[in-house]
Amino acid sequence: MALTKAEMAERLFLEVGLNKREAKEFVDAYFEVVREALERGEQVKLSGFGNFDLRQKNQRPGRNPKTGEEIPISARRVVTFRPGQKLKVRVESYAGPRE
Amino acid sequence: MTKSELIEALARRQTHLAFGDVELAVKSVIEQMSHALAQGERIEVRGFGSFALHYRPPRMGRNPKTGEAVALPGKHVPHFKPGKELRERVNLALQAEMA
Repeated sequence: MALTKAEMAERLFLEVGLNKREAKEFVDAYFEVVREALERGEQVKLSGFGNFDLRQKNQRPGRNPKTGEEIPISARRVVTFRPGQKLKVRVESYAGPRE
Repeated sequence: MTKSELIEALARRQTHLAFGDVELAVKSVIEQMSHALAQGERIEVRGFGSFALHYRPPRMGRNPKTGEAVALPGKHVPHFKPGKELRERVNLALQAEMA
């Protein structure tokens, strides 16, 4: 089982009292606002949860795994997530499967 | 962008919602996500990305002050994998800046 947008919206309906349409729109807007900030090259810091950082990767040599042909992997910007201290502590003690 | 800036951006966007409800809703989404991970549950948001736990096996560490060896227990750490749309949008923005 995984937490999804539908479940988040359901909780906003139950806990915050948004109606179902508002709750669904809110969850969509939430992730869209975060995406737009990252798209602008802006770091997103959610205290208590973690930071979404942007890292610039230079061009590097790559290979087509099927043909073995060499093709450069272009310079790119990637999103990384650094969990905050509070989240790390909450997750550390999870005793479930060691995957 | 910080949590309070995210709240402000969402309040500007969802003008039919009371500011206090936007604040509660943002906090609820962050708490739901932290809670899910603390239970070992995955989070899946299409177009944004997924969060899961990764296991770090026990290892021998060292007290940096005394140099003494200490056994560190295994633990879980949160891991984020950006979704396709997020990866593409962040990277396209970079290409546009460079052009």
